[in-house]
Amino acid sequence: MSIAPSIRMKIMTETGATTAAPVGVSVRSLNFFYGPNQALRNVSVDFRAKEATALIGPSGCGKSTLLRVLNRMYDLYPGQRAEGQVWIDGRDILAAGVDATGLRRHVGMVFQKPTPFPKSIYENVAFGIRLHEKLPRATLDERVQWALTRAALWDEVKDRLSASALGLSGGQQQRLCIARSIAVRPEVILLDEPTSALDPISTLKIEELIDELKEDFTIVIVTHNMQQAARCADRVAFFYLGELVEFATAEDLFTRPREKRTQEYVTGRFS
Amino acid sequence: MPARGLGRHAFMSIVKAAVAVFCLVLLGLFLVLLVGSWPSLRHFGLRFLWTSRWDPVANVFGGLPFIYGTVVSSLIALLLAAWVGILSALFLAEFAPRQLSGLLGILIELLAAVPSVVFGLWGLFVLAPVVQNVIGPALQAVFGFLPFFQGVIYGVNMLTASLILTLMIVPTVMSISRDLVAGVPGRYREATLALGSTRWEAVRYVVLPMVKPGVFGACMLALGRALGETIATTMVIGNRPSISASLFAPGYTIASAIANEFTEATSNLYISALIELGLLLLVISILINAAGRLFLARISREGGPA
Amino acid sequence: MSGAALSFANRRKFSNYAWVGLSASLSVGIAAILLLIVLYVVISGIGAVNWAFLTQVPHPVGVPGGGVGNGILGSTIIIGIATLFALPVGLLTGIYLTLFAPRPLADVLRFAADVLASVPSIAIGLFAYEVLVAPFHHFSALSASFAFSVLMMPLIIRTTESAIRLVPIDMREAAVALGATELQTLFRCILVAARPGIMTGLILAVARVTGETAPLLFTAFGSQFWVVNPNQPMAELSLQIFTYAISPYKIWHDQAWGGALLLILAVLALSLTARLLFRGKTTASL
Repeated sequence: MSIAPSIRMKIMTETGATTAAPVGVSVRSLNFFYGPNQALRNVSVDFRAKEATALIGPSGCGKSTLLRVLNRMYDLYPGQRAEGQVWIDGRDILAAGVDATGLRRHVGMVFQKPTPFPKSIYENVAFGIRLHEKLPRATLDERVQWALTRAALWDEVKDRLSASALGLSGGQQQRLCIARSIAVRPEVILLDEPTSALDPISTLKIEELIDELKEDFTIVIVTHNMQQAARCADRVAFFYLGELVEFATAEDLFTRPREKRTQEYVTGRFS
Repeated sequence: MPARGLGRHAFMSIVKAAVAVFCLVLLGLFLVLLVGSWPSLRHFGLRFLWTSRWDPVANVFGGLPFIYGTVVSSLIALLLAAWVGILSALFLAEFAPRQLSGLLGILIELLAAVPSVVFGLWGLFVLAPVVQNVIGPALQAVFGFLPFFQGVIYGVNMLTASLILTLMIVPTVMSISRDLVAGVPGRYREATLALGSTRWEAVRYVVLPMVKPGVFGACMLALGRALGETIATTMVIGNRPSISASLFAPGYTIASAIANEFTEATSNLYISALIELGLLLLVISILINAAGRLFLARISREGGPA
Repeated sequence: MSGAALSFANRRKFSNYAWVGLSASLSVGIAAILLLIVLYVVISGIGAVNWAFLTQVPHPVGVPGGGVGNGILGSTIIIGIATLFALPVGLLTGIYLTLFAPRPLADVLRFAADVLASVPSIAIGLFAYEVLVAPFHHFSALSASFAFSVLMMPLIIRTTESAIRLVPIDMREAAVALGATELQTLFRCILVAARPGIMTGLILAVARVTGETAPLLFTAFGSQFWVVNPNQPMAELSLQIFTYAISPYKIWHDQAWGGALLLILAVLALSLTARLLFRGKTTASL
């Protein structure tokens, strides 16, 4: 494992300090089905508020599926169903009668490939805000600037806010999507392999950004890259064949895995 | 097999002959219509386009009533068909369960296969009475203050023609738009929904704008189809060469005029005037269709943002 | 959440349901209209259709009975001759533009086919009249066939092109690697693989002209008799429906519905066949 000493320090101090952190998302006995195929088996896990939790595991292990349960994105597809409970903010979001649209306002999501809308940079960020709030222009401008600043993009785009978002580089587009998500002020941000389509420098920027964002948000990130999980997550959950095998602080999971399967995975014996 | 080079040579000669025939047909089409309309072009010049006296007895021909009827009936049809076609495309591509979407899609596309003479027959005997007795009076009761809905309500009139044309072009708009919308990558829908949008908002504000040029192109192709439609319109528009603001009054279109009068035209100038109408229709149709294809090509070349 | 925000959220939810509901009812409505038209034609036409209707020529006004037998025969002859002309020209042009033409020429030909496809059928009727009727001073089935073949050509060209393009390139390379000549590859491999697509195009083209009436008005012109000589005016089914429909006689209106039933069945059968033959590919945009 090659974790930069400074980051390693940070993990240790933070995990030491936040053992009492409140739970942001609490998953209980979750089973998930794609038609007849079960993709998650009896998963229970707590994602703590203002921490970043990474979900790792070989492809098909269910990590992305779990992410898509947390904002009920699977609702879109007939034949997919979830059983169990997911508590966010004192509510079971899987319960009948929960409005997925309202839920998603509180649980933002960033995708594998950037998804800039074919609108201007400003309009991309303002789009989500306008869905939920009617703000005076000045307030809206402020909120857009705040979101772009938080996403570490403001300095790069402040002079061309009305230019098309499609003209940005891949990394900038991804940060724009992060800005768009945080602009509606969610409590939880889900990131689904957010850097897998980016170059190393852009990846580094996103990772630094995640590190800053967890001061304000509960972050759950799916990644296939173990170094990335080690670098930017406080806790890591390892999934295998739809089961949660091990859940621990990043340091424990990567240096002192308790389970044999975890050990084999983190040492690269299978992937 | 005979000598290989010889076989290929003979085959290519036949192929090239076929291509030549095809090109000849296309060029001949333009040339023949141009030559045929020459007497009228020379005699009336541009006046032909904006005078409305159509008098075979006096040998005076102005095409405006036909141009007006063609444009108005087609534009009304396009307006209706765009709404119906785009909304049903969205339903089929975005909201409907898979099997329902397939079934409705086939039924709507089959509508495009119904022969125009059958549309005309149905329009004449079924729709026209409904327009005269139900739709017309209802529109007049609500919108009677507008000049479009005033006067005596005929059964065969501009409105009936527009409605029949709408049915004929909805499949074009629907089927192209549906394929375009379905081609937008799923992550854009999800990204919008993830911001807390409703499904309609995601479709209306993100998915549909991504394929807007293509949908526009589909509408142009539909318009082209409406402009050139002959038999169905001829049967239900009333065939009266006068310009009336009221949609309840009979009208006439370019294609209907040619259909009705060409075999009865006696003087050379009369025939030539009708051929000039045909040439005009041909040029407009080609331009509209080319514009539509251009918009569609733009969408398929860009393929939307990756 | 404040009351105002709540009502805003509710309004959004309502607008979502309203638009989805509207789109659903419009698509169901339009699909229902197709069924309505077909049903209406069946109900109104079924009474007129019997053996005599299929096998007799029209009777004069006032004489009951009579049929569209000569129209069915005429449609068959006219469309048959049109296909004989349009198929080789369309197929070979399609092959040329896909496989042999240099780039700019291929684009020009493709554009030309699109232009021809967008010409209204009535204008093509005028063309056929000027070329094959006016010089000979009489209407003829042949001129109608010519008009129809011009309508069919662009459809056949474009479907031939897309059918050939769908043949995987490795299949061609495999044939060439076996030592096949260019022509052997074309005839034994590419065209064999592309045949369903080409057939689909041909059937769609036939369906298209089967439902076409406008150019016939001043080419085939129509006839009350059995005619097989393509150099004479000839009856045609859709033309007969048109003539009967705009006549003032109830007895002819009934015959028009009977004819419409035959025509719509023929065209829908052709369209469905084409669809089955070439599953998965949208045919309506062709």
